[in-house]
Amino acid sequence: MNPSKNGFSVIGKPLPKPDAVSKVTGRAIYADDMLPARTLHCRILRSPHPHARIISIDTSAARRMPGVVAVITGADLPIKFGILPVTQDERALEHEKVRYVGDPIAAVAAVEEEIAAAACDAISVEYDVLEAVMSIDEALAETKDERIQDYGGPNNIHKLVALEFGEVDAGFARAEHIREDVFFFQGNTHLPMEQHSAIATFVDGRVTLWSSTQVVHYVHRALAKVLELPMNRIRVIGAAHGGGFGGKTDPFAHEIIVCKLAMLTGRPVKCTLTREEVFYAHRGRHPVLMWVRTGVTKDGRITAMHFRSALDGGAYGSYGVASTFYTGALQTVTYDIPAYRFEGCRVFTNKPPCGPKRGHGTPQPRFAVELHLEKIAHDIGIDPVELKQRNFVKPMTRTVNWLRVTSCGLDECTERVMNASRFRHREKRHGHGMGFAISSYLSGAGTAIYWNDMPHSEVQIKVDRGGVTAFCGAMDIGQGSDSVLAAIVAEELGIQAADVRLVTADTDTTPIDLGSYSSRVTFMAGNAAIQAARKMRGMLVEAVAAKMGCAADAVAVGAGRIGDVSFEDASILAEARFGTLTSAGSYTPPKIAGPYKGSGVGPSPAYSYSACVVDLDADPRTGLVHLNKVWIAHDVGRAINPLLVEGQVEGSVYMGLGEALMEEQAFRKGLHKWPSMLEYKSPTFLDMPEVETFIVETVDPEGPYGAKEAGQGPLLPVIPAVSSAVFDALGVWLDEIPVTPEKVVEALRRKDKGEPPRFGPSRFPTIPYPACIKVEPPPKELDLAAPASI
Amino acid sequence: MARDVDRQVVVLHVNGERAELLLPVHKTLLEVLREDMQLTGTKHGCELGECGTCTVLVDGKPVLSCLVLPIQVEGRPITTVEGLARGSELHPLQQAFAELGAAQCGYCTPGILLASKSLLESNAMPTRDEIREALAGNLCRCTGYTKILDAIELAANRTNRASSPPAGKSPAQPGDGGVESA
Repeated sequence: MNPSKNGFSVIGKPLPKPDAVSKVTGRAIYADDMLPARTLHCRILRSPHPHARIISIDTSAARRMPGVVAVITGADLPIKFGILPVTQDERALEHEKVRYVGDPIAAVAAVEEEIAAAACDAISVEYDVLEAVMSIDEALAETKDERIQDYGGPNNIHKLVALEFGEVDAGFARAEHIREDVFFFQGNTHLPMEQHSAIATFVDGRVTLWSSTQVVHYVHRALAKVLELPMNRIRVIGAAHGGGFGGKTDPFAHEIIVCKLAMLTGRPVKCTLTREEVFYAHRGRHPVLMWVRTGVTKDGRITAMHFRSALDGGAYGSYGVASTFYTGALQTVTYDIPAYRFEGCRVFTNKPPCGPKRGHGTPQPRFAVELHLEKIAHDIGIDPVELKQRNFVKPMTRTVNWLRVTSCGLDECTERVMNASRFRHREKRHGHGMGFAISSYLSGAGTAIYWNDMPHSEVQIKVDRGGVTAFCGAMDIGQGSDSVLAAIVAEELGIQAADVRLVTADTDTTPIDLGSYSSRVTFMAGNAAIQAARKMRGMLVEAVAAKMGCAADAVAVGAGRIGDVSFEDASILAEARFGTLTSAGSYTPPKIAGPYKGSGVGPSPAYSYSACVVDLDADPRTGLVHLNKVWIAHDVGRAINPLLVEGQVEGSVYMGLGEALMEEQAFRKGLHKWPSMLEYKSPTFLDMPEVETFIVETVDPEGPYGAKEAGQGPLLPVIPAVSSAVFDALGVWLDEIPVTPEKVVEALRRKDKGEPPRFGPSRFPTIPYPACIKVEPPPKELDLAAPASI
Repeated sequence: MARDVDRQVVVLHVNGERAELLLPVHKTLLEVLREDMQLTGTKHGCELGECGTCTVLVDGKPVLSCLVLPIQVEGRPITTVEGLARGSELHPLQQAFAELGAAQCGYCTPGILLASKSLLESNAMPTRDEIREALAGNLCRCTGYTKILDAIELAANRTNRASSPPAGKSPAQPGDGGVESA
């Protein structure tokens, strides 16, 4: 293969995925496809009440049923777990109190799934039903019966955050225009096509779990804690993955339950959630109420911003503390905000727990900030795109809240979508509109979920007699992390990507990778793979140089050859010279978090940037929105595989459009209003417009070959761009998503009556935020060569 | 331990092979394919006929296998994703899906491949809107549908080129290092 014009052989090529054939032939083995001999089927009894004390659980009738092999309750798994060290508040089975409809109470293993389900029905549970807390306002109010959780507070508040960077009051004092707005972002869920599924065995005193998870390592840790087994007695393997989007990033009750049941019965035990259970397992997008106040100069320069968020967290912590910080962290990464105050609050409610969904905690504030700045632009008579551009952050700077911006393609992304969409020359017609928005996202969180000094990703490479195998804990959830690993190893060793065997996401055989969340894998596993592959290349080159009698730097690597010999012969020479050929690489993010409590959320080794234009028609009679086209430009740093980058961008646009227009996780008296794929509306082939994608390459100084993330950032600008386009079409602001027809019609009705032409929340509640922690901003200019702590 | 349920012998013809099975009468075709015949390429997303994931072909037409009882399709030809390739040679749709990244997580892919096969057999060169219409019942959460549309168009183009002179170039094998031939 000849080097391509970018100087690479493999990097930058639109190669098919390593598992493409197994996926199109039905041979990829997902967790529910496994059915070893003597497998028992598990079903879980779940709470019908949103909030209740458990008085008693009687499993005797279930145990007597023919075909039932084991029944367990919370007494069998009493140890609490949770994804964040600070919120270990979940039990695999709850025997004291249930906190949402769907909270697991008991589990049955039986020879058939229907028997297990019937046995769950035969379990009788006596409850003392408590007052349910169903909204942010109710959670803030005085508790009626008892609090949902026994930590946090006051009332049902889970977490309060208050941070101030720079001189905010002075910033507002020098502003020439100040505006306040309130926005609401409804919760929605991941809706992976594959229901969660897990199967466990217990053989030779060791538990093995195959699961549809994004985070084998965190599941491994949770299992060790709850099962009280050393980690070396537990093996977690990521099965072929049927879609995550953040929804399979927590350790889940069913994963722990099947392990426990396998230990008790000595047989394989499988649990696949029903679609209804998936809606209740959730961990999706938090509903967030937001208030934002911004001061600008008359030419539109931001002087200060004050942002408040209130997150409806559901019944448990999940990632919620991080989600709360994320609603305030990244505002500064797109716009240069010289003084910034953030007050965040997460409350507990008796609903399924919310957690991370694609964009984790940042689509909500992105929606608010983009629309808010548009309104400011209209107030002061500046073109909204121009106002935003005037405030874009610059590359190689630090934000006021200590986030380090290295590469930044905001200007180029904006120009690409502006020009392609002819936004500035758009047709002005009632009912037709175009909207523009930008965004940014992390290329991996700069700090691990549990603080430690170890690498976040590790790769090992083995070469024997010409065969190359790369081992990494990274989990390919369909996003293409296996492709990235294969491409990088192939590039460095001068072979083809298809020649690299991959062993991934197996806690027994692969070195650690923290998992597929926070868009971290390309950046972190990619850098680890480069390091490992370069060490391997060094050994191969040294062996060939010795054979050729030349200096190592005279040995060329590429096209399946090392110097004068084939790759296979080189590997034989090297194995003869060094013995077993293995190499390892690892990646630890730079220590760049700011000097304040809460600074761990937000830092990333690099940020991706996106810009988006949405073109739509909105019918003033029906409120129906018809999408015409979406243009999106994404600064991915470097596209290791442009085909897969496009796929991530297109999928992000799709998911953003669903959130903007139809997806809604809503509850009535604790019950999900539409826990089915028919009633929970998601975009079909007919709803999805054409998408034109532009890949912008800024070549990040620390990314692998300059690469940054692609899987989450492009979702973010789509949602405000839709709402902005509706304003352009009809002259009404939709300050709440989803933008449903009835909201559009209601906004138009208000406009006709001379009321403010908008649909959205009218107020932000009074929240007992603590006094702000005041943080001195860092020097703005960034020098990568300087010590990390400035 | 089997429960005391009504069972019936059913003869199914799946992917050209005849199978005689003793089945509980209430078991769906989806369950029988996956659990009794180990044809786990057919996936499930809802088991309520809402997502299209479990689509298989009966008499060449797409059906939702979660809503069909085996006895309803006894004796009729059934095609699952395992029956698409000829030996190791991929069906043009499979080839195009693999090359263009139309399968991300791959979970909806079998159902979409089969619905697409049925479409192309009745309409060899569908427009993009005709493809959208034909696949409106198949949900995908990863791709945004774009690469799927591209792949179906590519497969249709190649099939039509191949069936009318001059013959089209033979497609690349995924994994051979490039998709330039596309």
